[in-house]
Amino acid sequence: MISRLARWFDDRLGAASLTRLTINKVFPDHWSFMLGEIALFSLIILVGTGIFLAMFFNASETKTVYEGSYQALKGVEMSAAYQSTLNISFDVPAGLLVRQIHHWAALVFIGAVAIHLMRIFFTGAFRRPREINWIIGLTLLLLGMFNGFTGYSVPDDLLSGTGLRIAYSVMLSIPFIGDWLAFIFFGGNAPSQVTISRLYGMHIVVPFLILGLVSLHLLVLVRQKHTNCPGPGRSNESIVGSRLWPTYAAKSLGLFFFVFAALAALAGLVQINPIWLYGPFNAAAVSSGSQPDWYVLWLEGVLRLFPSLDFHVAGHLVPGIFLPGVLMPLIFFGVLYFWPFLEARATGDRGVHHVLQPPALSPVRTSIGAAALTFFLVLTIAGGQDVIAVAARDSVASVRTTLRVLVIAAPLIAAGVTYFICRLAGRDRQAAA
Amino acid sequence: MSRDSGDRGTSRRLSALVAAALAFLAGLAGAAAFFYFYWTDGGTAGMGVSLALAMAGMGAGLVVWSHGLMPDEEVSSKREPLPSSDEEKEQFRESFVSGEHRIGRRRLLGLLAGGVMGLLALDSVSLLRSMGKSPLPVLYQTAWTKGARLVTFDGRPVTAAVQPGDILTVFPEGETDSITSQTLLLRVDEAKLRLPPGRESWTPMGFIAFSKICTHAGCPVAQYEKNVNILLCPCHQSSFDILRGAVPVGGPAGRPLPQLPLYVDQQGFLRARGDFSSHPGPGFWSLRS
Repeated sequence: MISRLARWFDDRLGAASLTRLTINKVFPDHWSFMLGEIALFSLIILVGTGIFLAMFFNASETKTVYEGSYQALKGVEMSAAYQSTLNISFDVPAGLLVRQIHHWAALVFIGAVAIHLMRIFFTGAFRRPREINWIIGLTLLLLGMFNGFTGYSVPDDLLSGTGLRIAYSVMLSIPFIGDWLAFIFFGGNAPSQVTISRLYGMHIVVPFLILGLVSLHLLVLVRQKHTNCPGPGRSNESIVGSRLWPTYAAKSLGLFFFVFAALAALAGLVQINPIWLYGPFNAAAVSSGSQPDWYVLWLEGVLRLFPSLDFHVAGHLVPGIFLPGVLMPLIFFGVLYFWPFLEARATGDRGVHHVLQPPALSPVRTSIGAAALTFFLVLTIAGGQDVIAVAARDSVASVRTTLRVLVIAAPLIAAGVTYFICRLAGRDRQAAA
Repeated sequence: MSRDSGDRGTSRRLSALVAAALAFLAGLAGAAAFFYFYWTDGGTAGMGVSLALAMAGMGAGLVVWSHGLMPDEEVSSKREPLPSSDEEKEQFRESFVSGEHRIGRRRLLGLLAGGVMGLLALDSVSLLRSMGKSPLPVLYQTAWTKGARLVTFDGRPVTAAVQPGDILTVFPEGETDSITSQTLLLRVDEAKLRLPPGRESWTPMGFIAFSKICTHAGCPVAQYEKNVNILLCPCHQSSFDILRGAVPVGGPAGRPLPQLPLYVDQQGFLRARGDFSSHPGPGFWSLRS
């Protein structure tokens, strides 16, 4: 039966040789090569659960009065978007489970992409000829963050509504075009009647872009073949590992089910984004302890730490929020985008590399990476400075001062320590070799 | 398969077989349990855990199967050089150039076609007009006018009976949906006020009102620390000194909260003398100094 079906396709496509090449593709056996797979599998789960949620979500700001089964909000006036999210959570069978799988999968997707990126960075896997996939991967990270943000904003609850106001203010702060840009994006003095439907439109469209780029990412990967960890018999001329069919395929499929299992367990047992506790959005209300999802927390943190530096250019105001909210992330991601080229220029190494570099043998890159990571971590912590102040029974002002010192000092210390460790470990490695 | 030989290999394969079968059985149990929890409305935890069991059983079964029972040999495959050979490059160049040559001869047509595409690109950019009206009038607008009564969110007018230490969110009468108009009404000891000059008459009986929108990132400035007369924004912890006209005294905000001038009418209702002292909310380029 299967062979007849296969023959039917081959008669029409002549696909046998291509398929043979695919199933013979060699995959390196190292756990860190699974990070990208985890991201891919989370993406598949995101698409599946997203289709389910789209059946019930209503991206509208039309005011309705809640009459569903969640007692605490009965009779409360709210937008149709918020009401339909409550409906998914309380009245659609398995709706809350799917909603929570979707949200957890988004967090895991962005996390897996970020850790995958770190693996690529610290082992020098972005070097020639893989600069193209580095750029595609970074774009995927940014699109993932963007789609996560639009996704958790559309339920129109109080917490995400506050996030939208901040995002609006950040966009508004851009010189020359900020006010127009913010109006185009949010459709008015955010949040307006059209904000939710516009965000939802993007939340549905951007995944197609993500899926397209993932396909391109994989095509380039197949064309260029994987990198290899260094070791005996590893060279630029060959790739060592196990064939896709059947062992690696079974293992990969196993990993898919493990990712799904972890997300299902999290969704079943760990509550996430309980919008019914935050209440519907109300422009005049806010709660303290408003923290966004993890991948936005560092941007929230830098807004909290950066001092008030409003200044004027030719009589025009440049709000202080522009520097930390727009310029800092722009520089951060700008350097990341150009990193392969900057490094090639700095080291003069423009050669082809298919074998990975142990981080210890590239102390400067590893130290810069450690500094960037520490910077990111301190800012992420700063995103919860009010929570820290309450927990430490300290004033916000003194927590802020400490964090301001740390955000400068900690990356420098991290870079120094990392450099020292790399030199020691590198010497051992070379001595052993 | 090649690594193990004889009895050890056989017993290893047997235990892998048993382990994989057990894992798949656990997966079967999980999938069946999901049916039960779903159809009996048995709750999110039950559904999540049973689904997790089904998936984990499936995953474990596959991994054990692939590790213990499938060929596990390391192979090496040659990397083909990525760049095309010189011959291929030359063939490509020839095909391309001969085509390019034929296009190049019709210069006028090429220019005209390019013109159409360019103008169409401008057309599509100009579609931005559909996205909304010019932002500037709206950004500058609030609904506060001279004589507007202060009302609470449910439309009730505010009388001079508000006590010191209270904090109230107020709107202009009839405009409780106006986001930019939301205002904080407080009552302080008049003798302690150190307001900028020109605002002496804005605070009858110690009533003082400021825009509720943070000048940093637009959050509602919702926290009032009455002992020290500080307003605190819960989003990024900017603080404003009420007695000195809500100037920023800590955190990332760079501009004071605009003040709303007040008076008390003959019936004892609070009213605005006019609009805010400056533009409320986060800053932007067109906001001149």
